[in-house]
Amino acid sequence: MSNDTNNNPSLKESATFDRATMAEIRRAANTGIYDIRGFGAKRKVPHFDDLLFLGASMSRYPLEGYRETCNTSVILGDRFAKKPIKLDIPVTIAGMSFGALSANAKEALGRGASIVGTSTTTGDGGMTPEERGQSSKLVYQYLPSRYGMNPDDLRKADAIEVVLGQGAKPGGGGMLLGQKITDRVAQMRNLPKGIDQRSACRHPDWTGPDDLAIKIQELREITDWEVPIYIKVGATRTYYDVKLAVKAGADVIVVDGMQGGTAATQDVFIEHVGIPTMAAIPQAVQALQEMGMHRKVQLIVSGGIRNGADVAKCMALGADAVAIGTAALVALGCNDPKWDEDYKAIGSAAGFYDDYQEGKDPAGISTQDPELMKRLDPVEAGRRLANYLRVLTLEAQTLARACGKNDLRNLEPEDLVALTVESAAMARVPLAGTNWIPGQRF
Amino acid sequence: MMTVDLAAQSVRDLNKALHECKDNLTEKEWVVTNPKGNHNIAVGLDADISVDIHGHAGYFCAGMNKTANITVHGNAGQGVAENMMSGVVRIKGDASQAAGATAHGGLLVIEGNAGARCGISMKGVDIVVKGSIGHMSCFMGQSGSLVVCGDAGEALGDSLYEVHIYVKGTVKSLGADCIEKEMRSEHVAELKGLLEKAGVDENPLDFKRYGSARQLYTFKVDNASAY
Repeated sequence: MSNDTNNNPSLKESATFDRATMAEIRRAANTGIYDIRGFGAKRKVPHFDDLLFLGASMSRYPLEGYRETCNTSVILGDRFAKKPIKLDIPVTIAGMSFGALSANAKEALGRGASIVGTSTTTGDGGMTPEERGQSSKLVYQYLPSRYGMNPDDLRKADAIEVVLGQGAKPGGGGMLLGQKITDRVAQMRNLPKGIDQRSACRHPDWTGPDDLAIKIQELREITDWEVPIYIKVGATRTYYDVKLAVKAGADVIVVDGMQGGTAATQDVFIEHVGIPTMAAIPQAVQALQEMGMHRKVQLIVSGGIRNGADVAKCMALGADAVAIGTAALVALGCNDPKWDEDYKAIGSAAGFYDDYQEGKDPAGISTQDPELMKRLDPVEAGRRLANYLRVLTLEAQTLARACGKNDLRNLEPEDLVALTVESAAMARVPLAGTNWIPGQRF
Repeated sequence: MMTVDLAAQSVRDLNKALHECKDNLTEKEWVVTNPKGNHNIAVGLDADISVDIHGHAGYFCAGMNKTANITVHGNAGQGVAENMMSGVVRIKGDASQAAGATAHGGLLVIEGNAGARCGISMKGVDIVVKGSIGHMSCFMGQSGSLVVCGDAGEALGDSLYEVHIYVKGTVKSLGADCIEKEMRSEHVAELKGLLEKAGVDENPLDFKRYGSARQLYTFKVDNASAY
C-alpha cells in the first residue's frame, strides 16, 4: 500500500500494521485500557450489498409499480398473546436506552415510529413517560440489569422483549459511564449519580432455556397473557439459539447481527464477536422451519439495515420484519455534517463519531447534557425518522413488485442471487449466473 | 377468607383472581392449598391482601409483588419475590437461589436458609434471613439492606454498590470491592428496626457490617486485577 499523504510512492505501508493499527497500539500503550466506543462493527463483512434480486421477466410476472398493491403489514406475536402487535410496515425501532440516549431522542423515535404505524423499543434503563406517551406501540425490554423494571410499566407495554444479548456484544453486558449519569438517570436506575453503571451479561434469576421457559410463563402471568413475549439474541449460534427460544415459549424471536450498534462497549468486542446478519437469517429460518414454526413464531432481524433493499433481502431470506437502530439515529441527525465543527472540537468528525459513551454528542442524541439535548427537536426529528421509514418501505415494495410479489413476506430466497462465494454460502442462495450454493448439493 | 385449591384450579385461575383484587377488592384474605411446587404462584399482585400458601412453591413465587403480604408455609424455589416493589413476603422454610433478585422495595423474610445469589442486584428491598445464605449473595447489590443471622458463603457482596449488609455468623469470603465497615450507632438502629420488622429475636450488637469500598465505581486501570 502506498503512502498517499507523503506523495512518495517508494514508501510502503504494511497491510498488517497499517496506520490505524499502529495508532491503536500507541493509544493502548499510552492509556493501559481497552478502547470503549459506541456504534457497531466498522470492519467490512459480507453484507446485503453482496445479494441481488432477480426481477421478473419471461418466467416471472411483475406487478405494476404504482397501481398494484404490495402489502407491508405484519402481525407479531399471535401464538399465545391476547393482543398481538400489528405493524403497518415491517420495520421497527430497536431497543435503545434512555440514559444512552437523551429523552428528546427517545421521544423522537416514538414520534417517528408512531407516524408510520410501527413500534419502538425501550432499552436498559426503563420506560420514560416521553417514550410511552409518543409511542403508539412500545416494546418493553426485560434485561439482565433490570434497571427501572417494574410491573406497572410492564403492563403498559404492548410487548415484552427478553434480551439475552445483542449483536454488537453477544455474551457481554453493558456500561453506562458516569459522565452520562444525571440525577434523572440515576434515580431511574437506583444508583448514585455520576458513577459507572454496569449492566450484567446474564439474567440474575434464571440460567438456561428450561429456566427461561418458566420466566416467560411468569411474565405472561403478571401481564395476564395479554401481550407477546419476544426473545432477543445476538447472532452467534443462531440455529441452536432460535430452537431453544421457540422451545422456551417465545412468540417472536429477534436476531441481531454483528453490525448492530451499541451505546458503549469494547471495540474488540464489537469487531470480533458474533456473525454477520446475513449469515444469521438462514440459520434462524432453518431452525423455525424444522420445528414447523416459521411464520408462526415471527422472526425480526437487525444489524446493519440501511435501505429498502436491505429490508427486502432480509424478508426474502425469511424474516417477518426488521429492526433498525443506527440508521434511525442517523435519520434523527446523528453524525450530521452540520455539526462538523463541533465534532472536530471533540476529536472526531461528522460521519465518524462513535464516542457515544462520553455524552458529548453535538447532535444532542447520545447525551444527557441539557444544552446539547436542546439541539434535537423531537417533533422535527420524529418527522425525519418517519420520512426515512416511509422510504425504506417504498423501496422494499418496489423490489417486491419487481419480483411479482403482492406482499413483502412473499419474497423468498429463490428471488435472490449472490455476488460472492462467501455471501452465497452465508445467505444460502446461488452465486449469480450459476445454480451453485456453496455447502449444498447441486 | 377465600381458599384456592391448586389441585383443582390452575395457577392461571389463581393469579387472575388475585389480580382482580386491585380494582375489585372483595376478599382480603386468601389461602392457597396444594401448591405442590407449582411455579409463578401469586405473581404480579397489586392489592392490600394477604396470601397464605400452605406447602412448597416453585420458581418466582411472589414475583414483582406490590403491597400484598404473602407467606409461604414451606420452601420456595428459585427467584422468590424477584423484583418485588413493596409489601411483605415471608418464607417459613428455605429459599432457593436468587431470592429477592433485583427487588426494589418491601420486606423479604426467609426463616430458613437461602441459596446462592440471595439479593443479587437488589435495588431497595430489605431482606432478612434467619439462617445462612449461599455464595455470590448480593452480587451487584445497589440499595436496601441484607441481614443474615447465620453465615454467608463465598464472595459476599461482589461488585457491591450501596446495600447495607449485616452478618451475625462467619463470612466465607468477601467479593471484589466489599469490605467490613464500622458498625456505628445509626447502623445498630437500622438493624434493630429490620430485625423487629422481620420478627427476629437477635441482638444487633452481635452483627458485623459490610459495604462497598467504592473503588470500582469508576473504571481505573490500576484495579484491572479486580475485574
